[in-house]
Amino acid sequence: MHDKTLAQLSAALQARKTSSVELTQHMLRRIKELDGRLNSFVTVTEAEALAQALIADLRIAAGQAGPLTGIPIAHKDIFCTREVRTSCGSRMLEDFVAPYDATVVARLEQAGAVMLGKTNMDEFAMGSSNETSHFGAVRNPWDDDTVPGGSSGGSAAAVAAHLCVAATGTDTGGSIRQPAALTGITGLKPTYGRCSRWGMIAFASSLDQAGPMARSAEDAAMLLTAMAGFDERDSTSADRPVDDYVGALGNDIRGLRIGIVGEFMDDGLDGGVGASVQAALDELQRLGAELVDVSLPNAHLSVPAYYVVAPAECSSNLARFDGVRYGHRCEDPKDLEDLYKRSRSEGFGAEVKRRIMIGTYALSAGYYDAYYLKAQKVRQLIADDFRRAFERCDVIAGPTAPGTAFRLGDKADDPVSMYLQDIYTIAVNLAGLPGMSIPAPASDGMPVGLQLIGDYFDEARLLNVAHQLQLATDWHQQAPKGFE
Amino acid sequence: MQWETVIGLEIHTQLATQSKIFSPASTAFGAAPNTQASLIDLGMPGVLPVLNREAVRMAVRFGKAIGAHVAERSVFARKNYFYPDLPKGYQISQYELPVVGEGRVEIVLDDGVVKTIGVTRAHLEEDAGKSLHEDFHGMTGIDLNRAGTPLLEIVSEPDMRSAKEAVAYAKKIHQIVTYIGICDGNMQEGSFRMDANVSVRPKGQAEFGTRAELKNINSFRFLEKAINFEVERQIELIEDGGKVVQETRLYDSAKDETRSMRTKEEANDYRYFPDPDLLPLEIDAAFIADVVADMPELPDARRARFESDYGLSAYDADVLTASRAQADCFETVAEVGGDAKLAANWVMGELAAALNKAGVDIDASPVAAGALGKLVARIKDNTISGKIAKDVFAAMWAGEGDADDVIEAKGLKQITDSGAIEALVDEVLAANAEQVENYRNADPAKQPKMLGFFVGQIMKKSQGKANPQQVNALLRKKLS
Repeated sequence: MHDKTLAQLSAALQARKTSSVELTQHMLRRIKELDGRLNSFVTVTEAEALAQALIADLRIAAGQAGPLTGIPIAHKDIFCTREVRTSCGSRMLEDFVAPYDATVVARLEQAGAVMLGKTNMDEFAMGSSNETSHFGAVRNPWDDDTVPGGSSGGSAAAVAAHLCVAATGTDTGGSIRQPAALTGITGLKPTYGRCSRWGMIAFASSLDQAGPMARSAEDAAMLLTAMAGFDERDSTSADRPVDDYVGALGNDIRGLRIGIVGEFMDDGLDGGVGASVQAALDELQRLGAELVDVSLPNAHLSVPAYYVVAPAECSSNLARFDGVRYGHRCEDPKDLEDLYKRSRSEGFGAEVKRRIMIGTYALSAGYYDAYYLKAQKVRQLIADDFRRAFERCDVIAGPTAPGTAFRLGDKADDPVSMYLQDIYTIAVNLAGLPGMSIPAPASDGMPVGLQLIGDYFDEARLLNVAHQLQLATDWHQQAPKGFE
Repeated sequence: MQWETVIGLEIHTQLATQSKIFSPASTAFGAAPNTQASLIDLGMPGVLPVLNREAVRMAVRFGKAIGAHVAERSVFARKNYFYPDLPKGYQISQYELPVVGEGRVEIVLDDGVVKTIGVTRAHLEEDAGKSLHEDFHGMTGIDLNRAGTPLLEIVSEPDMRSAKEAVAYAKKIHQIVTYIGICDGNMQEGSFRMDANVSVRPKGQAEFGTRAELKNINSFRFLEKAINFEVERQIELIEDGGKVVQETRLYDSAKDETRSMRTKEEANDYRYFPDPDLLPLEIDAAFIADVVADMPELPDARRARFESDYGLSAYDADVLTASRAQADCFETVAEVGGDAKLAANWVMGELAAALNKAGVDIDASPVAAGALGKLVARIKDNTISGKIAKDVFAAMWAGEGDADDVIEAKGLKQITDSGAIEALVDEVLAANAEQVENYRNADPAKQPKMLGFFVGQIMKKSQGKANPQQVNALLRKKLS
């Protein structure tokens, strides 16, 4: 049952070949049996899940079901969930229970999806390996000694290991796409503003975006249909209709112009990964797509620009965690300053502190122009690069991450090498474009991601390109040993 | 040495919106602590601000009222600092691009000279909560009801040269914001708070001296006292060979002094940057036109109209237009009563005195403008005399009904029947034959004064109801 895609399970539920309760129990059993190895969940909501499943079955029986009704999914623990703890991977929010649902959570619940629990993540979404979580590292189901990527590593590992049918993630600099690549699943970061950020704990507000993580492009399209849409509670959400993502999946891709970014196929790319990505591009060409060279001359500035903008926003966004109203508070504070200092010193981990300090520095009087303002100008240059590229092509393709999953601890003491994990994904966030990662052929038995980047609000086309490739190949159907 | 004072004011006006600037919570004053704080005001994780369009409308209305440029595009920024009553760890404010640009207002100085004071800018921002230090035994309580209340911060040019000018300017701004209905102007409840930047320089010097900022002054009287104290302090300091340091000072009204809160070196680095949760605020010409179409008559225009249309003196027009409520009241009284001068006298006289004595706002007056107008109408049509009208007013104030009810119930209707008055006159003259004799023999220059005696007697006999003009005329005729 667990090896089926969302689309297949949805059909089985509608046809009453299985029930949501049965499916949910099955997934809960797998989590119990197998997640000890992975640590992908930080909270499992068994009772709530079964109650939701029961209601889903009633809706199916009453003929009121939608495509997601009864489908067991997991939410990254960055999305606030009413009455269920939302930790954001941090000691700071170890005991935090929000009295509200994130819009994305509420929409999926409304669509009938069943929540199995909350998935592990890098603390406050800051990391590319899931090693910064207060709840311990997540392991990659393809190799227990390697990382699943981050920051949505728990969601990626859980989907890859078939512990849930699909999951939500968030992507600020690659946090959906890079773990999707490292675990062999399909992940989509929509256009900035396509999904509401209400109730999603902010890391870098101008970059954060929620998206689906699933087994296939078709599954991702089904999830995104429910997740996307304007929300009056998020001023940055886009007030425009949601496209028919599932309906667009049958489109022919013959004549589609796929842009290959010269700057991404460089020395920094692992040879095996490069060969896999090339194989995927060859397949797209075989399907009738035309490969054209495009250039993003300012792409090399994206990592430095990102590591000014994102920490700057994070330094401000995380100021609310002060030990006053909720979250971790130190024992016996002797005065206000002591309360602030110790609550925050104890509540935040090293990577979060590093970014708060970088961001505070970048925004300081006398440095603002040189760092923050300059970085914002670089953002504009990068967005202009993409605009020019999309004059020559319909979709951009290339690698998602520079290598396959690396070993736990390998980059833990080397922030810069960790930051370079996102070298191909960050520019997409800076420009606010949609991007996705889908499996390319494995390299040395480890998953490789092909990144597809679209123009603004062109998710339907991206999903269709991915779907056409997945119809023609089985790269996305591989399952890690022990989790088949 | 001759010193010159230089003053600029920053005025925080609380906008009279129903809900907060970035959340749907109510802005009503005086609720139990933390009962009007939404998830957004509490700064919960993952929540987002949404701008209240009504606050924008009010800011634009102010901008147009002072002839300022309204920015087509302004930006909300985050002002970052830690404080327990600042839930998010930053205040959302406008920094580099405010919604209202340069404007100006006119103030009238004591000698009647009109002076123009420049307004540098006005920007929208959210208020913080309150820290409560009493009643918590060594701990601090936090009330976030006020957090997120919309403020318009109005920043002046350093154009004022005395505490009196500063007070005149502050009163002018207070008058404008209450006139255009964007602020209730309630200073006790903190709806109108002033910071004064004060410096001194030798007369004739072009550069400004180092300034001190006097924070959070909530009355015009304290504003004047605080500035005067600070000016004295700075002059003394400099004359004693000292130097003014740039700092923030607090005015202590109990001790009538200012004292240092923090110096420039201790000041926060607020790390302003554009708030990524809010889009730039874009205001188009249609929105501005809509606001302008809704704009009530401004105080200066109204004052001029009161002089020209009602024939009031400059002084009366000025007093009556001091507040919109009072001016509205006057216009109603004048219209209903049919006599502008009488209306002005009653609004500024009897009504103002009664309100003042009872400590009641004109909006809450027991005698409404329409009712007062009817009373004035009865004076105008000679139903009652001005003197009797005061008794009628007192009865109306006590809730005994409208003017006609009181006049009727108490039988206060003026006696204008000439036969009845003649009878009264004859009766009094007959009873005072000696005085009549004296009058007739008196020097004509003294006669008018002596006439008063008979008028008094007749009015007394009529319980004040006899028409005094008729009594006078008849007496003169009979005594001649």
